[in-house]
Amino acid sequence: MSSREEITAGLAEILEEVAGVNPADVAEEKSFTEDLDVDSLSMVEVVVAAEEKFGVKIPDDQVQNLKTVGDAVTYISSNA
Amino acid sequence: MVSGSRIISLGHYQPSRILTNDDLAQMVETSDAWIRDRVGIAARRIAAADETVADMACAAAEKALASSGLTAADIDMVVVATCSSVDRCPNVATRVAAHLGIAAPAAFDINTACSGFCYALANADHAIRAGAARNVIVVGAEKLSDITDWTDRSTSIIFGDGAGAAVVTGVADGEEAGIGPVVWGSAPDKMETIRIEGWRPYIVQEGQAVFRWATTAIAPVALQACEKAGVDPGDLAAFVAHQANSRIIDGIAKRLNLGDAVIAKDLVESGNTSAASIPLALSKLVERREVPAGAPVLLFGFGGGLTYAGQVIRCP
Repeated sequence: MSSREEITAGLAEILEEVAGVNPADVAEEKSFTEDLDVDSLSMVEVVVAAEEKFGVKIPDDQVQNLKTVGDAVTYISSNA
Repeated sequence: MVSGSRIISLGHYQPSRILTNDDLAQMVETSDAWIRDRVGIAARRIAAADETVADMACAAAEKALASSGLTAADIDMVVVATCSSVDRCPNVATRVAAHLGIAAPAAFDINTACSGFCYALANADHAIRAGAARNVIVVGAEKLSDITDWTDRSTSIIFGDGAGAAVVTGVADGEEAGIGPVVWGSAPDKMETIRIEGWRPYIVQEGQAVFRWATTAIAPVALQACEKAGVDPGDLAAFVAHQANSRIIDGIAKRLNLGDAVIAKDLVESGNTSAASIPLALSKLVERREVPAGAPVLLFGFGGGLTYAGQVIRCP
């Protein structure tokens, strides 16, 4: 089981590759769309990459609930 | 004996009216930069009010037949892929046959939305292999502007009108087939994510769900189409995907490990024309001589239904 810090770091890697986000900007309180400028389609790419990286299933109807990096970390840590 | 089939000529038609992103920004809250970034479209063609799907299908089919070396008398099957024709009976295929003076062809329309052309091409190939037809005209034609909600900024920026056509004929035993085995299927569990329903319908889609399906589910089946045709994806001369969205096309292409293949991006100037998008893009690639004759090209359609189909063809 990964720690919250490890999951956040993993998400930062994905965000950099998929959406060109600076890993230094990634923190749990950051909103994907508002703070990190991740658009709705890039968010799908982030989710797909996160599923592969963390071995979780993130259904379409859950994606809209993942507003912040922290939301995603919580979802991944409780479903992996 | 006929052992397979191949495309011998192509043709396309687009309406003259160009609708740019700036034009759309006058109609709904959007911008050129936003549309280019999310979808990769700069402009689309819009049919005249009195211009029908059949009119566009006829224009494209006429060009394909004219450059095929065959005459109307040689054609014994016409199949038209469309999801937007308001004329249901007589169907569009019969209207095309009447326009071209084809006397008594098997004539039918198929509706699998954006994957339609690849389904129609497979039907043509199968009919020829079975001895049910000798020379087939295959058309993809759409007037999506008729079923677009011009107040919806999430869909009105995507769609366009147009048609593309191919003439398909048999190849003799021992000659290489020019249309590879089709890989086709659908995802009924996700059928609600793209809808054209009801009386006076509009296209509605759940963008994120469709994007996810297209970028994850299509590459594996597209690879199967290459495998069935015995073509390494790295050796493809071109990849002509349904022109849905630039980021979807790039997402699929990345997973295919293409070598120097030309990746068709006709959507930049034509928008998403559903069943017409693949033959339109292919016809233009061939017209511009961007792909050499005989070179392997992967066609792959996907969309409403959700349906998909694709095959490796040899460029005419």
